[in-house]
Amino acid sequence: MNIIELSGIVKKYFIGKPNELQVLNGIDLTVGEGEFLSIIGESGSGKSTLMNIIGLLDRPTEGGYTLGGMDTLEQPDAILSRLRGQKVGFVFQTFNLIGRMNAQKNVEMPMLYNHVPPKERAERAAHLLEIVEMADRAKHQPNELSGGQKQRVAIARAMANDPDVILADEPTGALDSQTGRLVMDIFHGLHENYGKTIVLITHNKELAEETQRIITLKDGDIVAAQYGRGHKENAKTPAWAEAPA
Amino acid sequence: MNFRDNIGQAFTSLKANKMRALLTMLGIIIGISAVIAIMTMGNSMTVAMTEQFQELGVNNVTVYVQQKEDEFAGGRFGGGYETTDKDLLTDEMLADLREQYPDDIDAFSLAVGVGNGQTTQGSKYANLTLLGVNAEYKTTNNIEITRGRFVDDGDSESRKKVVVVSDKLVSNIFGEEDPIGKSILVELQGYVGTYVIIGVYEAEDSAMGPSTSSEADVVTEAYIPLKTAQLIMKVNGYEQATVMTAAGVNATEFTDKITGVLNKYYSRNEHFEIAAFSMESMVESITSMLNMMTLVIAAIAAIALLVGGIGVMNIMLVSITERTREIGVRKALGATNGEIRAQFIVEAIVICMIGGIIGIIVGILLGIVGTAVIGNYSGGDMEFKASVSVPSILLATGFSMAIGIFFGYYPANKAAKLDPIDALRFE
Ligand SMILES: Nc1ncnc2c1ncn2[C@@H]1O[C@H](COP(=O)(O)OP(=O)(O)OP(=O)(O)O)[C@@H](O)[C@H]1O
Ligand SMILES: [Mg+2]
Repeated sequence: MNIIELSGIVKKYFIGKPNELQVLNGIDLTVGEGEFLSIIGESGSGKSTLMNIIGLLDRPTEGGYTLGGMDTLEQPDAILSRLRGQKVGFVFQTFNLIGRMNAQKNVEMPMLYNHVPPKERAERAAHLLEIVEMADRAKHQPNELSGGQKQRVAIARAMANDPDVILADEPTGALDSQTGRLVMDIFHGLHENYGKTIVLITHNKELAEETQRIITLKDGDIVAAQYGRGHKENAKTPAWAEAPA
Repeated sequence: MNFRDNIGQAFTSLKANKMRALLTMLGIIIGISAVIAIMTMGNSMTVAMTEQFQELGVNNVTVYVQQKEDEFAGGRFGGGYETTDKDLLTDEMLADLREQYPDDIDAFSLAVGVGNGQTTQGSKYANLTLLGVNAEYKTTNNIEITRGRFVDDGDSESRKKVVVVSDKLVSNIFGEEDPIGKSILVELQGYVGTYVIIGVYEAEDSAMGPSTSSEADVVTEAYIPLKTAQLIMKVNGYEQATVMTAAGVNATEFTDKITGVLNKYYSRNEHFEIAAFSMESMVESITSMLNMMTLVIAAIAAIALLVGGIGVMNIMLVSITERTREIGVRKALGATNGEIRAQFIVEAIVICMIGGIIGIIVGILLGIVGTAVIGNYSGGDMEFKASVSVPSILLATGFSMAIGIFFGYYPANKAAKLDPIDALRFE
C-alpha cells in the first residue's frame, strides 16, 4: 500500500506577477508504507519545497496528494494541522528544539497538540528518549546539548505521536560525519524496528545510497530514480517500489 | 492542547524572561493598584462622611434667616444688616407651618444663642457657649444625657435659671463630685447669671475642624431653657430652627415647601428672607462630590491601565517576533492556528492577571496607608476606617483579564496567521 501519492504536483511562487517562478513542474511520486526513500539534488532544485508539501506545511499550486489514503487538498487548515501532528514527524537540519524547554518537554510537545493525557505524555517521551539513548539528558535544556544530541532529541520528538511518515530535511547537514553516522543509524533503526516510512533529503550521496530508493531532483523535475543498497539488503522493500524509466 | 496545558506553556515562557515579564506587568500593577487604592480611600471617606452626617440627622431641615440675595449684591459694603426682633422666625410662623403640613413635621428644635464666656470656681475655670434650647433640641443634636435630665418645656415656661452642662465642664470644675443641684456663675460679655445644674451631657469631640484646644480650654455648650434665653436676649423669635420631619418624608424636597410657607411672612421684609437646607441634601452633595472625585481619579487610573495594556501588547508583539521559529515548529508539530492564538492570549492574560493580583495587593496596602494618613490629617476627629471596596477588586480582576484578552488578541492572531514555512525559515 502506498502511504504517499503525489500526482502532477506543481508549485509556483509570485503567481500572476512578472517574476512568476515555477519550482516544481508536475511531480509524480508514490512512497510505499515502510519505505526508506532519499531525495537528492542540487541546491535550489525544489527538494525542501516538495518535502513541505508532503508534510502538509504547504499546499501545491496544482496536482493531487493523498496521504494515508486521504485526499488532503480539500481539507481546511485545522484538519491539516491535526493530520500533520498525527501522521507526520519532522526532523530539521537545524534541530528546531524549543529553547526554554528541556528535552523531555520538547518530546512531549507534539502529544500536547494531540491531546495525550499528561501522564501518558511523560511516559512515552521518556521511552522515546531511551530509544535515541538520550534518557540521561531528559532534563537538560537544548543549549546544554551537542548538535548530535539535539538531533537525537528532535528525532524522538518526531516519533512522539507514532507517525506514519518521518520527513527529514538534511538531518545530518549540520553535523560532522561521525555524528551524522550516528543519526543515520537511528533512522535505520526506526525503519527496520518500527517500520517507519522515512523520506530523507540529503546532499550526502553515500548516505542516500544506504536507503532503499534514491530520487534525484533537478530544477523541479525528477530526473533519476534508482535503488539504493537498502533495496537489496532489506526484504521488506515492496516489489512495487520500482524506479521509473 | 487544553486550558491547563496553555497555562503551563504560558508560565514556561514567562519564566524564561522574568525581568521582562515583571516590567511588562508594571503598567498593569500601577494602574490596578491606583484604582484599588483610590477606590479604598474614596470608599472610606464616603463611609466616614456619611456616618458623620447621619449622626447629625438626615431627616432634619435647618431653617434660618438670611439676608436677601439682591441685598448682598447691592448691599452696604462690608457686611449687611443686623437682624432685629421683627426679622426673626416666630412661634406663630412655626405654628402656621405645622398647620399646613401636620403629617410631615414631627417637631421643631429651637435655639437662641446667648454668648460665649466662662464659669469659674476658685482657681478652676471652664469655657462655655450659653445656648437657650427647647426639649427637642436634645433629639436633633443627639445629646446624650449622662446624669440628671435635659431642659424641658416647663423650665422654659417658668423661665427657670437651670443649666445642662457638658461632662468636660464638670470634670474641669467639680472633678469627681456630683454636680447635680450645684450652682455655677456664668460670666458672659455684658451678662452675668447664676444657674443650677440639672443635667450633664456627654460632650462629643467636635465633628470637623481642628481641635487644638487642650482639655482645660475646651469650649463646650451649656444649655438653658429657651424662654430664659429669650428673656436675656430680649427677643421673641429665632434666627434658626430645625424642623424634624416625620419618617418617610423626603427632607430635601420638603425644604422648598418650608421656605414657600415661611417666606410669605418676609415678602415685605426689606433685607431678610428664609432659607432652608437639609442634612440629607448635604450628604447627597458630599457623596456625589466624593463620587465625582473618585470617578475622575479612576479615569486617570484607567488611562494608566490602558498604557499598561498597550505595553503588554507591545511586549507580546516583540515576543512573537522573537519566537517566530518556535511558532513555526509548533505548527509543524501539529498546532492549529486556533491553538497558537489561544496560547498567546493565555500568555497575555497570565501576565495581566499576575499584574492585576499584585496590583490589588499593593492597592489595598496603599489604600489602608492613605486612609490612615487622611485620618491623621483630619486631626483624628473623624473616624476613618479603611474599607476595601469589594466591587473595585472584582472590577480590577475582570478588567485585567479583559486587558489581557483585548491587547493579547492582536499579537496572538498575528502569530496564529504566520505561515509555518516562513516561520520555520525565520532567522
Ligand atoms: N517562499 C518562497 N518564495 C519564492 N521562492 C521560493 C520560496 N521558497 C523557495 N523558493 C524558491 O524555490 C526554489 C527551490 O527551493 P528549495 O528550498 O525547495 O530548494 P532545495 O532543493 O531545498 O535547496 P537546498 O538544497 O539549498 O535546501 C529555490 O529557487 C527558491 O529560491
Ligand atoms: Mg532545502
